[in-house]
Amino acid sequence: MITLGFVYVLAGLTFALFALLGAMDRSNPKRFGNAAFWGLLALSMLGGDYLGDFGNGLLVLALVAIAGTGQIGRAPSGDIPADVQAERAAKHGPFLLFVALIIPAAALAGTFLFKWLPGLADPKQATLISLALGVLIALAVGMARLKPPLLLPAQQGRRLLDSVGWAAILPQMLASLGAVFALAGVGEVVGDLIGTAIPQGSLFGAVLAFGLGMALFTMVMGNAFAAFPVMLAAVGMPLLIKQYGGDPAVVAAIGMLAGFCGTLMTPMAANFNLVPAALLELKNPYGVIKAQIGTALPLLAVNIVFIWIFAF
Amino acid sequence: MLVLIGILIIIAGFVLRFNPLLVIMASALATGLAAGLDIAAIVAAFGKAFNDTRYVSIIWIVLPVIGLLEAYGLQQHARTLIGRMKGATLGRLLTGYLLLRQAMAAVGLTSVAGHAQTVRPLVAPMAEAAAEAVNPALTDEQREEIKAQSAATDNIGLFFGEDIFLAIGSILLMKGVLEGYGYQIEPLHFSLWAIPTAIAAFLIHGLRLRRLDRRMAANKGAAA
Repeated sequence: MITLGFVYVLAGLTFALFALLGAMDRSNPKRFGNAAFWGLLALSMLGGDYLGDFGNGLLVLALVAIAGTGQIGRAPSGDIPADVQAERAAKHGPFLLFVALIIPAAALAGTFLFKWLPGLADPKQATLISLALGVLIALAVGMARLKPPLLLPAQQGRRLLDSVGWAAILPQMLASLGAVFALAGVGEVVGDLIGTAIPQGSLFGAVLAFGLGMALFTMVMGNAFAAFPVMLAAVGMPLLIKQYGGDPAVVAAIGMLAGFCGTLMTPMAANFNLVPAALLELKNPYGVIKAQIGTALPLLAVNIVFIWIFAF
Repeated sequence: MLVLIGILIIIAGFVLRFNPLLVIMASALATGLAAGLDIAAIVAAFGKAFNDTRYVSIIWIVLPVIGLLEAYGLQQHARTLIGRMKGATLGRLLTGYLLLRQAMAAVGLTSVAGHAQTVRPLVAPMAEAAAEAVNPALTDEQREEIKAQSAATDNIGLFFGEDIFLAIGSILLMKGVLEGYGYQIEPLHFSLWAIPTAIAAFLIHGLRLRRLDRRMAANKGAAA
């Protein structure tokens, strides 16, 4: 049976190859920093389960040291000229689109297939496993038809990842920080603070505090999942549900979505907000957040009104 | 109260634009120390969480495929394709993507599209080409805004579609937490109550995309 372990091995080998190619790229003055960074990530993917908790912690400290002292850079050149790309696009265009769509199509098909035919792959991880299989199929099909130099996909992939840089592991780092926050009981403290700040006797005031609290705490934690249990314990359960008799399904469902509005407005949600800015090579790292605020704020207001109308 | 120091470090660190990885590590250490943990325990807790969340970083395995296709001109082809569709404006294109992303997420297909898989290779270049067809003299600022709005549309479609799906993590979390308080609620109820917000998100963002359309077309070449 295919498990997530297979995907980790695939990711580990990919990062190892990036590290190797990075070390050989003499045009990048910081090539050894890059090689060490992707090499450590390869080690984490391949051997993380054997390093022990403290060993993994030391690995993270090393990653932070490399990135924090500015040892990661990217090669200044190596882009394929636009006219060469245009010429190739004229020749291969429809085929390229077909290959690009293999990955989402495989993720889609595999998700259903592995649920109908249990035993082939871990059904809980069906989409991630299918995505990885889709990558392998797309690569094989693309290589067979385009016949590029053998290492071209890895070289180009490495260049893309170098342009993302240390931001590539920011989401994983923030998720880990959330675990330390949970261990230290940060959520309970914030919940108590917000609980004491609510005006007494006003239903709308309580709904407002719940909705805004969900959004704000999500912005701090970068994740509505972390905010939800805290805000429910501080405001949702004692006031909205117990005292005012609100429908718990509405309070929870729309409260969570109020939190999602916060996710749109915070750099802490790095995988949604900062990573795409790096991936699209935007000049402003907060460009995606800027583009989202105009939707997030009115939608937050709508969610608060929805709770007020639908729950009571 | 002292454990809140980690939150202050995060906010200050992001505002002062220190390297975020350093800021996160400093915040974790300060929070752990404030809670009475020793350094070795904090490092181990962080390491365990890092290892448990590796699946977050496996998305980068798509890059060799994207790199290969881009080297052969995928972005150019995406632009050409949009150039051929007469009615495809920037706003209509992104609104269509928004609807598609919401619909897919609503049936649980969240990883099918995304910033690495679809936005960078397809959606952003198509959006840029659609705007260029109307306004050939786009400024760099306008191009930047179009790309940012392509990523934003992906996020909004994902966030306000996925909660309609029964088996998504957030629904299971809500069910679990409410059960802890003695409320047994079927996942379907949470799903249904996600629909009004999904519609509102589509209307609000769709409206903004229409206005983006006009803004990119109207001030021919002038910075927005």
